[in-house]
Amino acid sequence: MLDDFFIRALIAGLGIAIVTGPLGCFVIWRRLSYFGDTLAHSALLGVTLAYTLEFNIAFSVFIISSLIALILIQLQKRTNLPGDALLGLLAHSSLAVGLVVIGFLTFIRFDIMGLLFGDILAVTVDDLLIIWIGGPLILLILKLIWKPLFASTVNYELAEAEGLNPDRAKAIFTILMAGIIAISIKMVGLLLITGMLIIPAAMARNISSSPQSMVIYSILGGLLSVVLGLFTSLEFNTSSGPSIIAASLFLFILSLLNIKQSIKLKN
Amino acid sequence: MTSNQNILVKLNQAGFRLKNKWLVKGVSLQIEKGKIVTLIGPNGSGKTTTAKIALGIYKKIDGEVEKHTNKVGYVPQKISIDWTLPLRVKDFMVLTESLKDEDINEALSLTGVIQLKNKNLGDLSGGEFQRVLIARAISKKPDLLVLDEPVQGVDFTGEIALYKLIKKITDELNCGILLISHDLHTVMSATDHVVCLNGHVCCSGSPMDVAKNNEYKALFGEQASQILSRYEHRHDHIHTNEGEIKKN
Repeated sequence: MLDDFFIRALIAGLGIAIVTGPLGCFVIWRRLSYFGDTLAHSALLGVTLAYTLEFNIAFSVFIISSLIALILIQLQKRTNLPGDALLGLLAHSSLAVGLVVIGFLTFIRFDIMGLLFGDILAVTVDDLLIIWIGGPLILLILKLIWKPLFASTVNYELAEAEGLNPDRAKAIFTILMAGIIAISIKMVGLLLITGMLIIPAAMARNISSSPQSMVIYSILGGLLSVVLGLFTSLEFNTSSGPSIIAASLFLFILSLLNIKQSIKLKN
Repeated sequence: MTSNQNILVKLNQAGFRLKNKWLVKGVSLQIEKGKIVTLIGPNGSGKTTTAKIALGIYKKIDGEVEKHTNKVGYVPQKISIDWTLPLRVKDFMVLTESLKDEDINEALSLTGVIQLKNKNLGDLSGGEFQRVLIARAISKKPDLLVLDEPVQGVDFTGEIALYKLIKKITDELNCGILLISHDLHTVMSATDHVVCLNGHVCCSGSPMDVAKNNEYKALFGEQASQILSRYEHRHDHIHTNEGEIKKN
């Protein structure tokens, strides 16, 4: 039968999938996959900070991720290094610093595997509250900045010329990314959160013809992955985070069949 | 001239510098409601840069720009759209402003591309895409239209029709237009004010004034003053990297 912890995991996972769906579409459209990765890696530093100062994990991850995003923007302005090199620099150095700090904190027992891959089955009621308050808030803000953000994704100069203030939309979007990583890090883990963002959205790209339909398919794909993944992990006793990502990969492969068909039709 | 209320954009000694090179320098012009201002000049003379200054795309500029409207329709010279986006023509039409379906249909019909409404933007030809760009810019009924070589890649008959359309729209909407064009014939017949650029303002005024202007003749050649001439440009001076002007 379904245990209580399983229900909590399900509710948490579904709450995250609803938010990662639309954000993931923008990650793909704006080519930010590696940016999400960088923020997620930096989250380890946030987690260690939370343990040291006895802070709320989601809150301190949010602060550190936002900080890293700001540092990135500054570095982009001040150096001639390409964006991907800067992202790599920040991702791995913040991960390394996080791990070094953990080494000093010998008095606390860390579950490194849990941090890297998440532990959705250990979700508490508090975590659920954070997800279901933070998640809808992120979605609401995303809806408010949708027009300038989407227009500048298509073409920055058009958005700027026609008075939409794309720079502000981009800054807010960066904070939203830090937000989703903060509320989901405990469930999915820092190595897999980017998977939650990218894979359902990539699946959706294969089967949609408009931006709106891509967002909807991306959400549906995420929800389905959570349900499929969690039931698989319960059935076969596999770890839950990776099972969810594997389920989304399965959906992605299914969506490729659709591409094959449409290519055939064209020829 | 006209009262200040009619001014949509005003540039005062505006210039833009990229690293150490001036792209354009000391441009003063104003765009008013119901008037067409045209920028002409050889390649690299700063026409597009001037348009981007007027639009507020460039932030760190020299001089002053006053922009009195935010209802702007822009047809850029170059547009690179990333095809990772699933985007149909009708999605592109509402990119910067939500529109009623009938307004979308009307604009697409005016530019002759209504049949492409549900097509993927990536599947259009260059000329078709240009018509969609114009449709998008006029559909939001802007106060200011900035058209940077709007008919590039459009077939010959289409070109004339589109310029007629642009003229008609200015009259109907009473909007101001900043037009960049290489077609001197169109420029001379449909424009209220011409600004001739060559890194700076060479001369400006009504088309007839400009055509008679000696600097204009020097820039575009004698035949250009007979309007129907082929576009031709002779440099009377060179520009150094610092944006200084040296006479030949």
